Amino acid sequence: MPAEFLPKGVDLIRFLPETILTVTGTLLMVADGIAGRRWSKAYGNLSLIGLIAALLAAVYAYGDPGPAFSGMLMADGFAAFFRVLVISVGILTVLASYRFLAREGAETAEYHVLILFSVAGQCVMVTANELIMIFIGLEVSSIASYVLAGYLRDDKRNNESALKYFLLGSFATAFLLYGIAWIYGITGSTSLVAIRSVLASRDMAVSPFLVGFSAALMFVGIGFKVSAAPFQIWAPDVYQGAPTPISAFLSAGPKAAAFAVFLRIFMTAFAPIGSGWEPLVWLSALLSMTIGNFAALTQSNIKRLLAYSSIAHAGYVLVALAARSETGTAAAMFYLAAYALMNIGAFAVVSHLSGKGDRFVSVDDFAGLATRQPMTAALLTVFLLSFIGVPLTGGFFGKFYIFKAALDSNLVWLSVLGLLNSAVAAYYYLRILVVMYMREPSEAATAAEPLTTGLTFALVLPALGTFFLGIFPSAVLNFAGKSAVLLRR
Amino acid sequence: MTLLNIVLALPLVGFLVVLLLPRGGEETIRRAAIAIALVTFLASIGLATGLSSEAHGPQFATDVVWIPSPDIHYHVGIDGLSLWLVVLSAFLTPICILVSWRSIDKRVKEFYAFLLLLEFGLIGVFVSLDLFLFYVFWEVSLVPMYFLIGIWGHERRIYAAVKFFLYTMAGSALMLVGIIYIYNRAGTFNYTTILEMFNSGKLGFTQSQEMLLFLAFFIAFAIKVPLFPLHTWLPDAHVEAPTAGSVMLASVMLKMGTYGLVRYCLPMFPDASRRCAPWIVVLAIIGILYGALVAMVQPNMKKLVAYSSVSHLGFVVLGVFSFTQLGLDGAVYQMLNHGISTGALFVLVGLLYERRHSLETADYGGVATAAPWLSTVFLITTLASIGLPMLNNFVGEYLVLQGAAQANFRWAVFAAIGVILSACYMLWLYQRVFYGDTPETVAGHMHDLNFREWAVAVPLLAMMLWMGVYTASFLPPITRTNYAILEQSKMNVRFHVAAPRPVPYLSAREARNAR
Repeated sequence: MPAEFLPKGVDLIRFLPETILTVTGTLLMVADGIAGRRWSKAYGNLSLIGLIAALLAAVYAYGDPGPAFSGMLMADGFAAFFRVLVISVGILTVLASYRFLAREGAETAEYHVLILFSVAGQCVMVTANELIMIFIGLEVSSIASYVLAGYLRDDKRNNESALKYFLLGSFATAFLLYGIAWIYGITGSTSLVAIRSVLASRDMAVSPFLVGFSAALMFVGIGFKVSAAPFQIWAPDVYQGAPTPISAFLSAGPKAAAFAVFLRIFMTAFAPIGSGWEPLVWLSALLSMTIGNFAALTQSNIKRLLAYSSIAHAGYVLVALAARSETGTAAAMFYLAAYALMNIGAFAVVSHLSGKGDRFVSVDDFAGLATRQPMTAALLTVFLLSFIGVPLTGGFFGKFYIFKAALDSNLVWLSVLGLLNSAVAAYYYLRILVVMYMREPSEAATAAEPLTTGLTFALVLPALGTFFLGIFPSAVLNFAGKSAVLLRR
Repeated sequence: MTLLNIVLALPLVGFLVVLLLPRGGEETIRRAAIAIALVTFLASIGLATGLSSEAHGPQFATDVVWIPSPDIHYHVGIDGLSLWLVVLSAFLTPICILVSWRSIDKRVKEFYAFLLLLEFGLIGVFVSLDLFLFYVFWEVSLVPMYFLIGIWGHERRIYAAVKFFLYTMAGSALMLVGIIYIYNRAGTFNYTTILEMFNSGKLGFTQSQEMLLFLAFFIAFAIKVPLFPLHTWLPDAHVEAPTAGSVMLASVMLKMGTYGLVRYCLPMFPDASRRCAPWIVVLAIIGILYGALVAMVQPNMKKLVAYSSVSHLGFVVLGVFSFTQLGLDGAVYQMLNHGISTGALFVLVGLLYERRHSLETADYGGVATAAPWLSTVFLITTLASIGLPMLNNFVGEYLVLQGAAQANFRWAVFAAIGVILSACYMLWLYQRVFYGDTPETVAGHMHDLNFREWAVAVPLLAMMLWMGVYTASFLPPITRTNYAILEQSKMNVRFHVAAPRPVPYLSAREARNAR
């Protein structure tokens, strides 16, 4: 392609969401420098405006899908789906954060700036059609996330969380980068489409060992980001230590983006060697589901419990990837959307109840919440039932589509084991329902303040979304299905 | 908008109405709940009278697309098999509301909301003609029952509620795999279409595939029935549940399992059903005898009734897997009988508990002196439960035994022992609770039935008598549907079973006369 001095107009439109997010973030930093603490109440609203504008831009950009910047980015339906997803996660996180920041006395612009940059990085990740762009997006997102995990810098657990996340995260990114280097060496390209065509054509003497090794390296790198077993060790510590709204953010946004990258790389570039990596994903899916669910059974800290549950849910998505089909891809997209909603909702309730300095984060602190705050308890019930996979919630259809795709691809045993796993999982989600509804109110439930406007939105919107996905799933699924087809182009 | 949709929608409307009512007005909530439950019941009677005896296949059917891809429909309809189970659910819900009128005093609003949601789920299970929709209702009915046990139950309620949920969940996970597998092969969830595809040979499974599919469905149903050795959740759930929960659980929810066996296992997997029948029958007979023997030594009244359920449901499974018209008719009839008489037993035990605040048999004695009418009602229910002629259970048990004898005489011999044992444990219970000296602790608390309690007892007694005396009101639609199911279960059977001796089919009334 001929190089051009200035980007074309259409390129700018296709890159609009990222532009808006970055510009808003930068403006906030400048505002922080000028106004400092005086505007502390306004930063949240400003970042919210930026995020909503980016959301609209993402929808607008889909009006004219296609490649941007010489094919480095691909603003197709797949990208639009994930952009909307990660930006929505950002919006819900900001909504859930107002109260938290006020409580901790930490209303700064930098918190919102970091969220905006992280979301921008995720948007690049899901749009990227080329390994270097993927890597850049991943780094932008990750570095902002590392800082966010340790946002309350006087808090010991925040520091521990940030340090662990940073050290293990950079280690895993190195694997990804090494894999990129290998595949570039083998195929001479970093474009996913080009790699695919080299691997698909049999006239080049490409050693299957070398290709397999580079795919495995990338699998390690991305497997870490999605907290898939056996690369999940960091997740419980990080989610437990991080500020609660950030735990919600980390377990929904970056995870969805990393799965999008996973789908792009493995379903586009490495599709020709699919039968080679399928057993790897199969095993990782089973391990993630089993380790996540069984470890969650014995957790008493709710943030840790949700962390293990997020590992298990990553396992379910991997089941869809193991199916290696367009229905599998669509199922994974649907599930990630449903999961993001219920997970943000659940973490938002935890954040609401936890009190300053995470005083009340044990499962027992939820005791009697239904008597004190029936509305909050009912909303959390919706999210928990969706986690379990009870019909009429998004989580149910997510699981249904995933296991349907798996059975389509004849992964009978993986489906059976996965669904039995989800029966095990029901136990620990039920434990939370039990204490909420069937015990006398605890100190935490009594001390809980009424819901603020921001939190109400952060809870009601995901709950409505969960029901929408559970009762009218076809709208979202059809879109995901269409986008999954584009992916192979 | 057919009548069936109205019957299905009313409890859901009731659920929402009760949820929206203000928390303080508990009397309003109770009245609203019972009004809606009664209207639902009346509407369900309309279904019974409106069911045509000529038409084939499901009636009052509605089939609209819910989700275009995968092709999921809101497809409901009833036939002779589901009709009475729908009516039974609608009949027992107002009774449960009346029973709970005074005994439930905390979180009244949630209680009635969950009760109506439960009714919605149960009716939905029985009327679904789309495998997916069936699964949805199957799971939906689980949630309210979980809360009914867990919030309003007795001391060990949490353990019981969680155990109940997990057992059912584990079973239904396998069923979901089976449902998806069938969809992938058939391209539809539509029950009637799938059966037609079986008949025309468009859809077929190899023997091992069919066996695995059968097991996936069967285990889910067997847990719900519950069939020995999967029954261990049942005594816990029953003992810990509040009275209304026990009634709905025993009378309707267990029938989801047996209904599933008849509706799905027999017609869709005829070959595997027949192959497994001898083993299943053995489990059923073990259940009959084991349930009865364990019931005999229970010091706790509710636990006794719970184990008697295991025994009675064994009869139902025996009837289903006898593959005879009589056995199947008896099984379906017995589902209804068990619903009425065991429901009544739980209600009466609940009334005793409200007075004396104990479920232990040892804490009672001489109740007949203190509360003669209560004792009379209890006695009639006891006699119904042990299968006295003229009362409902006799008809069902007789038909099941007759059907079992046609299939294999030894089955009937063993099962008949269960009938004798049921007389032992029920009469012994009656004797210990109602006869003998009246201790002061009992006499002081035991007042006789009040108006509300009569309103609960009379309909139940009337049904016991009616179903025992005039079966012609109930059996014909059941027989017609069962005939179709049996015919269907002969389709595509590769495995040849030794055909039962050809016995000319008798209607229930003729059968009774012949005796």
